[in-house]
Amino acid sequence: MVSGGVFFQRESAMPQPSISKTMTAGESGLALIFAVTAFLCVVASAKALDAPFAFHAALSAAASLAAVFFIINNYYDRPAALPAAEINGRPNYNMGPIKFSSFMAMFWGIAGFLVGLIIASQLAWPALNFDLPWIQFGRLRPLHTSAVIFAFGGNVLLATSFYVVQKSCHVRLAGYIAPWFVVVGYNFFILIAGTGYLLGVTQGKEYAEPEWYSDLWLTIVWVTYLLVFLVTIIKRKEPHIFVANWFYLAFIVTIAVLHLGNNPALPVSFFGSKSYIAWGGIQDAMFQWWYGHNAVGFFLTAGFLAIMYYFIPKRAERPIYSYRLSIIHFWALIFLYIWAGPHHLHYTALPDWTQTLGMTFSIMLWMPSWGGMINGLMTLSGAWDKLRTDPVLRMLVVSVAFYGMSTFEGPMMSIKVVNSLSHYTDWTIGHVHSGALGWVGFVSFGALYCLVPWAWNRKGLYSLKLVNWHFWIATLGIVLYISAMWVSGILQGLMWRAYTSLGFLEYSFIETVEAMHPFYVIRAAGGALFLIGALIMAYNLWMTVRVGEQEVQMPVALQPAE
Amino acid sequence: MTDHHNEIDSVSGRSTTGHEWDGIKELNTPLPRWWVITFYLTIIWAIGYWIVYPAWPLISSNTRGVLGYSSRADVAVELANLDKIRGDKMVALGAASLADIEKDPALLALARAKGKTVFGDNCAPCHGSGAAGAKGFPNLNDDDWLWGGTLEQIMQTIQFGARSGHAKAHEGQMLAFGKDGVLKPEEIVTVANYVRSLSGLSTRNGYDAAKGEKIFAENCIACHGDGGKGNQELGAPNLTDKIWLYGSDEATLIETISQGRAGVMPAWEGRLDPSTIKAMAVYVHSLGGGK
Repeated sequence: MVSGGVFFQRESAMPQPSISKTMTAGESGLALIFAVTAFLCVVASAKALDAPFAFHAALSAAASLAAVFFIINNYYDRPAALPAAEINGRPNYNMGPIKFSSFMAMFWGIAGFLVGLIIASQLAWPALNFDLPWIQFGRLRPLHTSAVIFAFGGNVLLATSFYVVQKSCHVRLAGYIAPWFVVVGYNFFILIAGTGYLLGVTQGKEYAEPEWYSDLWLTIVWVTYLLVFLVTIIKRKEPHIFVANWFYLAFIVTIAVLHLGNNPALPVSFFGSKSYIAWGGIQDAMFQWWYGHNAVGFFLTAGFLAIMYYFIPKRAERPIYSYRLSIIHFWALIFLYIWAGPHHLHYTALPDWTQTLGMTFSIMLWMPSWGGMINGLMTLSGAWDKLRTDPVLRMLVVSVAFYGMSTFEGPMMSIKVVNSLSHYTDWTIGHVHSGALGWVGFVSFGALYCLVPWAWNRKGLYSLKLVNWHFWIATLGIVLYISAMWVSGILQGLMWRAYTSLGFLEYSFIETVEAMHPFYVIRAAGGALFLIGALIMAYNLWMTVRVGEQEVQMPVALQPAE
Repeated sequence: MTDHHNEIDSVSGRSTTGHEWDGIKELNTPLPRWWVITFYLTIIWAIGYWIVYPAWPLISSNTRGVLGYSSRADVAVELANLDKIRGDKMVALGAASLADIEKDPALLALARAKGKTVFGDNCAPCHGSGAAGAKGFPNLNDDDWLWGGTLEQIMQTIQFGARSGHAKAHEGQMLAFGKDGVLKPEEIVTVANYVRSLSGLSTRNGYDAAKGEKIFAENCIACHGDGGKGNQELGAPNLTDKIWLYGSDEATLIETISQGRAGVMPAWEGRLDPSTIKAMAVYVHSLGGGK
């Protein structure tokens, strides 16, 4: 899929006296399966009922053929023995898939932030729709959300989980092709989903827009991901399972359950993109928000808390603050989060008792969430001075502060009386982005700033000064974004509910839209700053890989540019 | 937790758990007391809330809560409150004729308030939230009316619309003199310049005023009247008042004359109830241009 040079390094196998080279069952089996898939996809493309399906089938055929080619080509290139699990008694860590995912995370991150900036600008200046169907707000919005959550966030989770599970289990990642299948297959899912949105293919469920065939593919990839992760843990050389791995595992398992629960659908035809969801009416709405809220809880929270639990102690070089707190808040979080979905459906046809449960469980979720924040922040005790000199650590710590803020704001907004003001307003958008930009964004940036030098075997980053610039520009962007959305959201909510003394609505809808304009402009400016920060980061990471000084083993070939 | 590997962290004075992964250790810090207390408080609060409000599903129903709360009953209360505020005045508005409303200041104020709300949700998308109009959509603040600006005429236009498909809709339209081959291109340019001259706008060099007047007389006065003063019976705009629905520049006028114009105003009868339409008419009439 991508030219291998950046990601592959010739892996040294254990020196073995001539053994005859044979294809593993995985290699031959997968090559065969992909060959058959390619053929089936060509047939599907030819018989397709709609153009987007034909396009996606053709794309899948091409990707399957490419997979066959890479598997066979790699077989002829590789030494007879597969990469050794250990070299000289030390684990031979598998960095290729991690490098690939890190690269894709940065790529999709910039794409997702850019699309976010475009749709923020469209809201401020609707003429930017240009009357083109492909770039209407309705199509770009899911492109933005999927690109930042599943493409950027997902690749960060893949990269960090594969790294952390190896390091903390002190063992090489399970599988030879499987990890590559996971990272490349996942990104192919993103490609199908994203191009589908632009072509108008959607099943109309928020954060679960991809149609039935993308869902099936994701299921295969995700189960493989679970297996790779689990088997690596089972093979571990450490007596206990590291806390980050509990969170990663909870994330992987629950996302699988959510995906299957929310997406059962009957295709109109096996040769067309359209399908209908098995659930109907309020049951569908309930499933949707059970899924939607736990995508926040398990994708954007559990997964990224795992990142926090490895990268903050590692970077701060301090022990984790409290083992007991990590256990208690982990189980409380897992148990309570899954109930909170109905707070997305307050004051709807959802029965009152369900709304009550959604709200009360959200309130009880407050302290379990803050348990993570406490453990993240207090791990810094004894190392607070490092915040002055290490902008990467500062980014990680500020992310935890944003996590704490969002997880207070969330339970508060779930209270029905608050929700009656906040629901459907920009306040929700502001809340989501304080979590998304502040928590998920910053903890990901911090982790990638650590991970890239480690995975590519560099002494350090190309420039800490640029990290500092990234930090301040992006922080300013977040502050502009969320404060604009708070003001506009509360203003909007108050305008909607204002009655005149005669008993008529004070404002028409269009007047409330007009009142939002200045805040939409400020929001777009905030988004632009966040994007600029990410571009600085991409440059910094690129230069780290290109000209960074190699760590220890090798003689220094290149001088750093500074 | 008393492992012999346990060491004491020099910064916090706490012991570690004895575990270590890739150099990461864990302190054996107890749970922060305030954290535990707050967690318990939220749980107690939640249990209290379950007792008071509908909360847990049972086999064929659910717990009702001691308050007997239901969100449906809440809506009924709010609607009843609204009815109380609006009161009998709404009934009176429904029964009153346009003339009655004009005479009764209280009813007039009520009709304008209701009309403003309804205008914002139904009319503003085309006519603008300030009713200032846009290209092809008349400004309702001025006293230039296509189909008449009295209260009754405005109400009729709202009820039935223009070219809306309703049997009683206004039907006149600007003919396509170019497309239908009635006028040659150079004649259209000439008459467009003549129309510009009617409201004192400049004309292009070499324009033949006499010829323009002649073409105008032969083709346009039937609807727009002598001197282009317009005719509200036919919805033909006044061409001398410097108010332009589509624009006054030569290119736009040439397009108007060649291609014709037939903008649509939807009929609101059947979509909105009669008293709402009445309120809307009163509101539009009050905007400044009502006759």
